[in-house]
Amino acid sequence: MDVPQIKKAAKVYDVVIVGSGAGGGMAAYQLSKAGATVALLEAGGYFDPADPKYINQLKWPYESPRRGAGTTRAFGDFDAAWGGWEIEGEPYSAVKGTEFHWFRSRMLGGRTNHWGRISLRMGPDDFKRRSLTGIGEDWPIGYEDLSPYYDKVDDLIGVFGSKEGLRDAPDGRFLPPPKMRLHEIMIKKAGKSIGVPVIPSRLSILTKPIHDRGGCFYCSQCGRACQAYADFSSSSVLCIPAVKTGRVTLINGAMCREVLTDSKTGLANGVSYVDVPTMTEQSVMGKVVVLAASTCETARLLLNSKSARFSNGLANSSGVVGKYLNDSTGASRGAFIPALMDRKRYNEDGVGGAHVYSPWWLDNKKLDFPRGYHIEYGGGMGMPMYGFGFGMEGRNSLVPGRDGKPKEAGGYGASLKDDFRRFYGANIGMAGRGEPVPLESNYCEIDPNTVDKYGIPTLRFNYKWADAEIRQAKHMQDTFEEIIHAMGGIPLGKKPGPETNYGLEAPGKIIHEIGTARMGNDPKNSVLNKYSQAHDVKNLFIVDAAAFPSQGDKNVTWTILANSWRTSDYIIDQVKQKNI
Amino acid sequence: MKRRDSLKAITLSSLGFAGMNPQIAAAESITPPDVKPLKVPGGRQKFEAERDAKLNADKFFTPHELKTVTILGDIIIPADAKSGSASQAGTPAFIEFMMKDQPQWQTPIRGGLRWLDNVCMKRFDKKFADCLKAQQIEIIDEIAYPAKAKPEMSQGVAFFNSMRGLVATGFFTSKMGIADLGYVGNTPNQWEGVPADVLKQYNLSYEE
Ligand SMILES: Cc1cc2nc3c(=O)[nH]c(=O)nc-3n(C[C@H](O)[C@H](O)[C@H](O)COP(=O)(O)OP(=O)(O)OC[C@H]3O[C@@H](n4cnc5c(N)ncnc54)[C@H](O)[C@@H]3O)c2cc1C
Ligand code: SF4
Repeated sequence: MDVPQIKKAAKVYDVVIVGSGAGGGMAAYQLSKAGATVALLEAGGYFDPADPKYINQLKWPYESPRRGAGTTRAFGDFDAAWGGWEIEGEPYSAVKGTEFHWFRSRMLGGRTNHWGRISLRMGPDDFKRRSLTGIGEDWPIGYEDLSPYYDKVDDLIGVFGSKEGLRDAPDGRFLPPPKMRLHEIMIKKAGKSIGVPVIPSRLSILTKPIHDRGGCFYCSQCGRACQAYADFSSSSVLCIPAVKTGRVTLINGAMCREVLTDSKTGLANGVSYVDVPTMTEQSVMGKVVVLAASTCETARLLLNSKSARFSNGLANSSGVVGKYLNDSTGASRGAFIPALMDRKRYNEDGVGGAHVYSPWWLDNKKLDFPRGYHIEYGGGMGMPMYGFGFGMEGRNSLVPGRDGKPKEAGGYGASLKDDFRRFYGANIGMAGRGEPVPLESNYCEIDPNTVDKYGIPTLRFNYKWADAEIRQAKHMQDTFEEIIHAMGGIPLGKKPGPETNYGLEAPGKIIHEIGTARMGNDPKNSVLNKYSQAHDVKNLFIVDAAAFPSQGDKNVTWTILANSWRTSDYIIDQVKQKNI
Repeated sequence: MKRRDSLKAITLSSLGFAGMNPQIAAAESITPPDVKPLKVPGGRQKFEAERDAKLNADKFFTPHELKTVTILGDIIIPADAKSGSASQAGTPAFIEFMMKDQPQWQTPIRGGLRWLDNVCMKRFDKKFADCLKAQQIEIIDEIAYPAKAKPEMSQGVAFFNSMRGLVATGFFTSKMGIADLGYVGNTPNQWEGVPADVLKQYNLSYEE
């Protein structure tokens, strides 16, 4: 290995963007369309869902020697993610007694190549939690500020859904939703009988083609990334079109180390990075720096960007960078629906995700936990993959055999083989996704003892769920059983109780982490102003979910996209006004 | 890492500073000698292709173990009127691969096979694979039904549960098994909703 040398490049870009996921892709698209020259730095490799080099879509399980098992890819062998919970040579840690799991994808488009495409707007009350409930934090902006951008994102990217007129789950500019699958009709009917609303999902999947992209052909495999560009990935829908403007210099394999600042003005003037293929030190200069490396990585970049002037890390005079880290809560349950045994076979792949969901329907004032959750559903006659058939000994005695006689659990031979056919497509699953209360005591910081393979100091997490989140998970479990029973189903496994925090997933597991550089009106307790502009450094912007003071129970990506667009417009405006 | 793509992206642009960097150029020209370049199949990362090639070259099961796995597989999923058996669908090779791909399987499965042979030796003075069919079934009946199995057979029950799962996955993710199961997706289509006759069967409709 050569001794690293910093080489300063001569060119100064209008904007340097770090990260090409939802936030960075949208900023690159908007700023380049507006005429700016952009350097788009992405730590991972190039990825295009339509290039056969990268395609896993429409492969059969037997084309994978592990039949789709998640050995090297957390969400299965065909999933599009390059990366996962652990990346070799890029460790992170947690303070003893606390836990955080950090999912990273290292590729053009980041985690949007394989995300669930659940595209929800935050509701008006989601921005005003402190005023409404006395705990948590208000955003410095409201729904009315973001709603025009949500509209534009809907039009540019495409999302299906139905007009419901719900205050907490605002309608968008929707494409038609796909019809319910059989088990989804049953869930809806059961929900109705117990007062749980079940409405069409809101997913960024093109049930009608728009803007030169193909329409969905219903393969249910959005997690593999769509070669027809019929679902939203930042790679296909934002980054590649942005590069086509001719104004974007995409640099793959650029692992940013620090944001560089001018020691005289205190302004950001570029970033330094490790060129991954050659392990050489590089830098790129720009008039504006936009961070979108994802919530925790953006905090890491700020905290690692120390200088005489910014001894606490960049844009961190408040000391708030890294704090208020929060992820959605999550808990789940599976069930077996006897009525769905011996089903008639037909292709019910549908889109890559549930066709229905349950938006939050209760009033927290009447409950013992302060925030709501929504429910996502699974089930159907899906492609058999690794894991198929495991656990039959827990199911095949629950109902009589074909001959009407009770069956002994487990078994082998022709009668077991027949059971697999009989039980196929008779399971459902449900998962709650809830709003957490952001806490100062949940944070990431620089680990004093560890660096990654690039020599960049790594993150150490401190995160514990509070009682509010545990009580919310308990409520989820009770609701799941109610729905299952209303369907005439049999819940699988033991009901998760206090010993497991009611099945509450560990922090980070739901992959909706936000909050580490939150926006606010007071520079003493926030990092960014209401335009996601650093209070301390006026030409530094953050367009990922680090900027968010809270997240509702609305999976965060649609809000990242809307806020990144809004911030991009502000940058354009400020450059025009010569303020930056 | 798709270095060529990133270079292309860079040189297409107004500036090629990284492409012109002599350190990068030097590093790119180094290819280690006598390494046969591995073809990376579509949809795989390079490290995955290398890993798969290595796993495929390795062997885990001894011939005796593989024979036992094959017999067990065909007891769990035999041929019937609708389709072939586990071994006809290539399940033993899949189980062999999983042992190497997810090494946490190795001890429970290898150990379980030994447990089984040991039980058979004590009772029939023969290893499982060498036992008569009726003897094999006698033992399987004692480990295949968790709820009624004797406590002293509990390790066998755990082993058989794992085998049942591995064999079922192996069979039903094969071409033969998918056809048997009747999964008819994974092909471009239009989703028009649940077929009318199915709605009728369940007495459901799209109108509330
Ligand atoms: C399996 C899964 C399902 C999901 N489902 C949903 C869903 O249904 N709905 C929803 O709203 N959200 C979902 N999410 C979350 C969603 O993917 C993220 O919210 C979203 O991708 C975040 O966008 P981002 O731009 O902040 O970061 P990312 O998409 O993570 O992109 C960050 C990019 O920055 C790059 N990068 C990181 N560090 C550096 C560095 N130092 N230098 C240079 N580049 C760097 C990364 O390589 C990456 O490409 C899901 C996530 C996963 C993993
Ligand atoms: S379900 Fe539709 S959008 Fe998703 S990958 Fe398949 S064709 Fe593409």
